[in-house]
Amino acid sequence: MIPAGFEYHRPADIRSAISILQEHGDAARVIAGGHSLIPMMKLRMTDIGHLVDLQAIGELKGVEVGAEKVTLGAMTTQAELIGNAALGAKIPLLREAALQIADPQVRYVGTVGGNVANGDPGNDMPGLMQCLDATYTLVGPDGTRDVAARDFYEAAYFTARGDEEILTRITIPVPAMKGYAYEKQKRKIGDYATAAAAVLVGGGKASVAMTNLSDTPIWSEAAGAALAKGDVEGCVAAAMGAIAPSEDMRGPIAFKKHVAEVILRRAIAKAQERAK
Amino acid sequence: MKDEVTSKDRAAGLKGMGTSRKRVEDVRFTQGKGNYVDDIKLDGMLFGDFVRSPYAHAKVVNIDTSAAMKVPGVLAVLTAKELAPLGLHWMPTLAGDKQMVLADGKVLFQGQEVAFVVATDRYAAADGVEAVEVDYEELPVVVDPFKAMEPDAPVLREDLAGKMEGAHGPRKHHNHIFTWEAGEKDATEKVLSGADVVAEEMVYYHRTHPCPLETCGCVASMDKVTGKLTLYGTFQAPHAIRTVVALISGIAEHNIRVISPDIGGGFGNKVGAYSGYVCSVVASIVTGKPVKWVEDRMDNLMSTAFARDYWMQGKIAATKDGKITGLWCHTTADHGGFDACADPTKFPAGFMNICTGSYDIPTAYLAVDGVYTNKAPGGVAYRCSFRVTEAAYFIERMIEVLAIKLNMDAAELRRINFIRKDQFPYNSALGWEYDSGDYHTAWDKALKAVGYDALRAEQAQRIADFKAGKTRKLMGIGLTHFTEIVGAGPVKNCDILGLGMFDSCEIRIHPTGSAIARLGTISQGQGHATTFAQIIASEIGLPADDITLEEGDTDTAPYGLGTYGSRSTPVAGAATAMAARKIRAKAQMIAAYLLEVHDDDLEWDVDRFVVKGDATRFKTMKELAFAAYNKAIPGLEPGLEAVSYYDPPNMTYPFGAYICVMDIDVDTGEHDVRQFYALDDCGTRINPMIIEGQVHGGCTEGYAIAMGQEIAYDEMGNHKTATLMDFFLPTAWETPTYTTDFTVTPSPHHPIGAKGVGESPNVGSVPCFSNAVHDAFRHFGLVQSHMPHDHWRIWKIAEDLGLHAE
Amino acid sequence: MSKMHVKLKVNGQEVEGLAEPRTLLIHFLRENLRITGPHIGCETSHCGACTVDMNGKSVKSCTVFVAQANGADVTTVEGLVNADGSLGVIQEMFREHHGLQCGFCTPGMITRAHRLLQENPSPTEEEVRFGMAGNLCRCTGYQNIVKAILASADLLKGQKEAAE
Repeated sequence: MIPAGFEYHRPADIRSAISILQEHGDAARVIAGGHSLIPMMKLRMTDIGHLVDLQAIGELKGVEVGAEKVTLGAMTTQAELIGNAALGAKIPLLREAALQIADPQVRYVGTVGGNVANGDPGNDMPGLMQCLDATYTLVGPDGTRDVAARDFYEAAYFTARGDEEILTRITIPVPAMKGYAYEKQKRKIGDYATAAAAVLVGGGKASVAMTNLSDTPIWSEAAGAALAKGDVEGCVAAAMGAIAPSEDMRGPIAFKKHVAEVILRRAIAKAQERAK
Repeated sequence: MKDEVTSKDRAAGLKGMGTSRKRVEDVRFTQGKGNYVDDIKLDGMLFGDFVRSPYAHAKVVNIDTSAAMKVPGVLAVLTAKELAPLGLHWMPTLAGDKQMVLADGKVLFQGQEVAFVVATDRYAAADGVEAVEVDYEELPVVVDPFKAMEPDAPVLREDLAGKMEGAHGPRKHHNHIFTWEAGEKDATEKVLSGADVVAEEMVYYHRTHPCPLETCGCVASMDKVTGKLTLYGTFQAPHAIRTVVALISGIAEHNIRVISPDIGGGFGNKVGAYSGYVCSVVASIVTGKPVKWVEDRMDNLMSTAFARDYWMQGKIAATKDGKITGLWCHTTADHGGFDACADPTKFPAGFMNICTGSYDIPTAYLAVDGVYTNKAPGGVAYRCSFRVTEAAYFIERMIEVLAIKLNMDAAELRRINFIRKDQFPYNSALGWEYDSGDYHTAWDKALKAVGYDALRAEQAQRIADFKAGKTRKLMGIGLTHFTEIVGAGPVKNCDILGLGMFDSCEIRIHPTGSAIARLGTISQGQGHATTFAQIIASEIGLPADDITLEEGDTDTAPYGLGTYGSRSTPVAGAATAMAARKIRAKAQMIAAYLLEVHDDDLEWDVDRFVVKGDATRFKTMKELAFAAYNKAIPGLEPGLEAVSYYDPPNMTYPFGAYICVMDIDVDTGEHDVRQFYALDDCGTRINPMIIEGQVHGGCTEGYAIAMGQEIAYDEMGNHKTATLMDFFLPTAWETPTYTTDFTVTPSPHHPIGAKGVGESPNVGSVPCFSNAVHDAFRHFGLVQSHMPHDHWRIWKIAEDLGLHAE
Repeated sequence: MSKMHVKLKVNGQEVEGLAEPRTLLIHFLRENLRITGPHIGCETSHCGACTVDMNGKSVKSCTVFVAQANGADVTTVEGLVNADGSLGVIQEMFREHHGLQCGFCTPGMITRAHRLLQENPSPTEEEVRFGMAGNLCRCTGYQNIVKAILASADLLKGQKEAAE
């Protein structure tokens, strides 16, 4: 498992990074932690002529915890996210989910930005960000734009991000809902979810998203609306209507649908309990 | 009294048998100073990498290497065309079949080796691999061994066309390899037809893989000046590899030096001969430079030896009060595209005929059909003696199935059928002579240790709670009593490629009373350098810390058949004790000379010979060692060394009683092993610390196999589990905690009574975990469900039993 | 492919060399620097045999390009021995508690355990198991590895208290 050769770039600011992307078009890719990209490169499933390492770009770092919103630099690692006490106090759902991603080594280098931008349906953060109604800031040759996480994912590995854009920040409104839960079933540590559910509930509001049960993360507005009214059955029915899992080594479709429902109910119960 | 204490103190100072001596290997390993094959770097060394087939069954129409040859750093590309003039495009397998080294006109499994690219380093080699263009013409694929035996199944092995006599008797179909039988067919069928009760079930032990953390690899270095080939590699049997290389390459055996350096786990994966070894040797001869080949993990899981894949149709007969009267088994064995099992020659299904297990079964019959399919070859003993884990799984499932049929407690059913202590040596219906055992004592100790009756009461309550809707978790109690057959084996019936399965040890005592011992085996983590020194320490009274152990270099070590099948302690361990005793015998003559008494007037006391009746007159082993080099003793040669080639009179039969308690979530299929008790009886215990470590490790491998690990293919023969994402190796988080225990029933024929333990926990734990899953659902009607018991398959059991209905 | 000049600190020593950017850190350590403690087990970042400490984090060096690591401070298992060449506490405890068999996963295990205990000097058994879950072992069943790390924690705490 040896990757093909490439030219390496380590720009010091966003502008330089974007100009490299502009210069090389399709042949260039950005790399953050690299734990999704490098295995693909080793399998020679992706052809990259120019690798643009974002590690030196200060603008992509840092976590700001405000009263109303939280901003995560795209290069924030899962480990930094887990270790940030202020963040954990403000949005405990983030920490709960991040602890269930991959393993310790991967969490040290795996970034929030990479996790949300890659468009891998197996990643946990996209569904989570949809649940939290996060907004992604994209910077490209034509300037900066914000895209809601709920509008970002188009298909597996296809997102609203343009080839020459870089996802720089994630802005999350501090949820009014006090109840939260991230429940994930997996075969072992290091595995993607067989099914995972993110739930926020409280104060007459709710938000529900699910992971790895379709080619994009599933945020169901109807499920959230039902749960907001305390209608658990309606919530589950709406969410189950929205998922479309595929068979893999984790199991057949019927199993995944069943587990998705069980996991969602558990997440709801836990979130409702915490909302009290 | 005072003397006795002194003897004990002196014995303790030796760190001999029975001591939990810390491992000498660990000083190197803990600071990263191991020397594994990929750590070897020779001057000018090149790297070889394979082009592999993306198809499971296809004609190879054309291989174009021209673009690859233009890749910077690529020096050569070998295909079957280049190997054919040397006669090396095919090689013999250990099972009497032959196997393509590089695709010769067709491929038979996905991942098969098609071309070998040799380059300056692994990066250039990988670039070269990508640049080789191969045209394939796909052929119909057979992945199901039963379909492979249908009359109109595709022909997989055109090279065997018309050859209806195989290495193990007649072939009855173009995809059939052999039929192997043991026991009495007619008598068994008669018992079955007249029995009070017959339970029948198909027991499938799925395909899996030993997957040592270090993959397979080698470095071949042909010295054109001396004509000597040095081959470093991950070889569990270095001496046998040397002979095989000599036989197939034509290089004289004395010009081949095989070295197994440190090996990062073997578990059977590193017994066989692989294309990478042959291609590296050829490439080294062609280029005149050393050539390294090291698999990556996908190569390892896709192409080097798998394990299991046995479909075992069973029938077990009993009286209505549970006395077993007969056992019948027909196994369909999926061997993949080539028969590359690593079994003793006369045992193409290994020791599957140990499948009567720990039970006194008067009549039995076993037949095994080996079949070709479009899967990788192998069929190695993955941390078990040859096919013993299949046998143990089969009988331990059949016992449970019979218990259901009889509506009996499975612990009691086992107890009333165990071979009794007074029946040993016991001749089994399928042809083995069990050396020793005390199953009832072990079983009772195990049941008592876990509080078996209380567990059953708790389970009954849990079932009631489940039915009342108070819980969604069921509780399973897994029971297993296994008997292994290890230590292959007696040369009269055990050989590999005609090489008798003896083993060896050579001991040299240095003048100052330290020593070096060399063995025909090779450690892959078992701690031989620690434990074999302990045997010698106890036998000759020199401290284990003063004894160096060396294995794996065929230029220096005596010939032996290597380490697999738990054979090191039973065979090489015996050779070690016997060599040590030869040394002690000579030392006794030296002592007699020095003390001016007759040999018979001396007695051995821990580390010295003492004149009988006069404790003040003695010579220590250390003194005798110096005397051997210092004194001219009439009638005795100088020096103090010995070698023993040990041909064991019988196998050894370790056994154990394992009990597992597992909670199962019927809605998600998840499980929680809350208790695992493992009692092992491996005869005399050399190093309890190492035994316990072996049990932990073997149980963890068993846990993985039973609960999720599999080599899976789709209908097109695509390999679905080629990375460690999908091939289940549990982390510290999922792995259960084990409680170990033991009884000691020494082997009567082994010089120190030891039986071997490395593989018992894999053999015993797989049925134990599986039985726990089955037991959880027994009261809801489950009889048999195939492993691995991963989440979805457990969920499916519950689904099929209607446990998800509102 | 052109090579780039890379400079790292490895086990306290400044090292430099030429390497293709695609060279994986594990290969640079093992092939260029001949630091062969870290091993290659899976190549897909699952097994952790290649774990090294990089800038104070445990990373799987099979999934880091040397180009990314350029300028980094790297510690491998070789760097965890005491100044006098004797085994460090965790290394000694792995030996004491039979926390290794074939030794192939051991360098990664010990290097990871080192970082775990830096961050959590008094872990529970559960925290050790969770914190070590990025490292696979095929031989030991982890039980004695966990024991060795818990024993290391006790010893290291004792050493720290004695020093204070």
